[in-house]
Amino acid sequence: MSGEAEQSAPPRPVVSSGSPVLLRSDLLAIADMVPAGSRVLDLGCGDGALLEYLVRSKQVTGRGVERSEEGMLACVRRGLSVRQGNLEEGLADYPDASFDSVILSQTLPFLNDPAMILSEMLRVGSRAIVSFPNWGFWRCRIEMLVAGRMPQVFDLAERWYEAPRWQAFTVADFCDFCHHLGFGVLEEIYLSRSRRLKSPRYKNLRATTAVFALQRF
Amino acid sequence: MSTNGSVGLVQPQQLTFAEEEPFQLDSGATLGPVTVAYETYGQLNADRTNAILITHALSGSAHAAGYHQPDESKTGWWDDCIGPGKAFDTNKFFIICSNVLGGCYGSTGPASPEPATGKPYGMRFPVVTIGDMVRAQVRLIDHLGIDTLLCVAGGSMGGMQALEWAVHYPHRLKAAIPIATTAHHSPMLIALSEVGRQAIYADPAWNNGDYYDADLKPDAGLAVARMVGHITYLSEESMQQKFGRRLQDQVRYGYEFRSEFQVESYLKYKGHNFTRRFDANSYLYVTKAMDYFDLSAETGSVAAAFANSAELHYLVLSFTSDWLYPSYHSKELVSALTAAGADVTYLDVQSSWGHDAFLLEVETMTKLLSGFLERLVQSERVALPPGFSPAASSKEQTKTEAAA
Repeated sequence: MSGEAEQSAPPRPVVSSGSPVLLRSDLLAIADMVPAGSRVLDLGCGDGALLEYLVRSKQVTGRGVERSEEGMLACVRRGLSVRQGNLEEGLADYPDASFDSVILSQTLPFLNDPAMILSEMLRVGSRAIVSFPNWGFWRCRIEMLVAGRMPQVFDLAERWYEAPRWQAFTVADFCDFCHHLGFGVLEEIYLSRSRRLKSPRYKNLRATTAVFALQRF
Repeated sequence: MSTNGSVGLVQPQQLTFAEEEPFQLDSGATLGPVTVAYETYGQLNADRTNAILITHALSGSAHAAGYHQPDESKTGWWDDCIGPGKAFDTNKFFIICSNVLGGCYGSTGPASPEPATGKPYGMRFPVVTIGDMVRAQVRLIDHLGIDTLLCVAGGSMGGMQALEWAVHYPHRLKAAIPIATTAHHSPMLIALSEVGRQAIYADPAWNNGDYYDADLKPDAGLAVARMVGHITYLSEESMQQKFGRRLQDQVRYGYEFRSEFQVESYLKYKGHNFTRRFDANSYLYVTKAMDYFDLSAETGSVAAAFANSAELHYLVLSFTSDWLYPSYHSKELVSALTAAGADVTYLDVQSSWGHDAFLLEVETMTKLLSGFLERLVQSERVALPPGFSPAASSKEQTKTEAAA
């Protein structure tokens, strides 16, 4: 498994009010899927690092939804337009097709009703960009097989008993899910730890993180 | 944190209009002449684009920041948020605050002389609405030569005025900041207003509003109205913290009817204090104006009310323990603004202070207000007033801090 051809993706600096900001590689992968100048809604935007990058470097019209007060304050400090809300209750207010891209970064495993949220994302936006940790990664499989323990994926800090819930699934599961719901895959980027995979070969074994851009068929 | 700057000594000002052509009110009645008391802080920039109108709540006045006498310890009602280096930074913005129509702090109200008789209007004063208050503010802004306000911001009834501005004068402001407020006064809010008004009516000294020349004023009624008000501004948690079940001047229950509990003496004190600074008839008129407030009255829905105001930027704030204007009132507003496609930033600020939180949660609000205003300055390319430089401003601030 070692010695794979992996494309190194050094963090790209963002120029914002003087000091450059480094964007995490999975967020950068999402940013690469967002067309410049488009309308973007970032669900669960956290401290607003991605949204700020998109607003400043890609001149998007950005809106965010965030649950925590801490995240909200960080976003407002960055000069972002963010509303506090639960994803489940937040999307109903948005008119159909009011955004070009709706982003859901590293949040999918925590959702109560992923199918509903993804459908809503594709009602509100013409494309949905989703990133999630992959439990199909070879180390996860070995850990389950050898140690008999639920594997801890690369991107998730919380253990199974520390978050209200997380649903473990793999790249293959997600592809089945999209097929089942009638979502087409526009673009896909796979990361192994922070490096981008050059080829999607054996992606479900090699990727720790997947980023998909989806649309309705 | 640099939030200690004061605007210093400020001068109350007045504008009188409608001396010839009377001022038209929502009720169909007219009023004239009309005087609006106001104060301003900071400097207008060359292209007059850095003006912010602050709108006050039920018992507020035009005196939002600074002090009137050099030896005065009491500052304006929102001094925590207005001044050099504060949320509404007077180094950058020209801040205006005026007393509402129907009020008793210098603007025309029921205590003002009626031109025909020269005696106070009393209950002959026409009923005014939030819309009328805002129309009087528009006249003031015209008078100051300001075409477009950068924003209108206020809490509680001040938030209603900010919303009224956004809905009815969308081309005259860039942003609205409604705080701890609602899109329409609910039956519960009307009920609470009515209890206050009934307390005033029940006071024999009220005398149908004709008491200005009498020895006795309806202080008892007004004090009860204020006590009810004060209860609604607190939360059970803040009352628990502030008073608990503690007794005022005794260790044991006296088994008698006088103010034994701390919370009782607090309310009595606040009620009594209020009668020395507020006019009972004004209390009737201003609470009535709030009760009439309903953004959806004309359009049928709150979202439709914002149809022509979707280009504005909004910062909506509520507080978790506010049960007078609960978070779900603000959320309804935010939903409507989102549906209208407006740029809205919303936070339900964690606080135990109840409705009063909008005056007390200074640190969180400063972060939110300054972040939001800074974005406005950038997106609207607002020039700073003459003589402004960040270095000079901090120097000036140290000076005022030292003086204070």
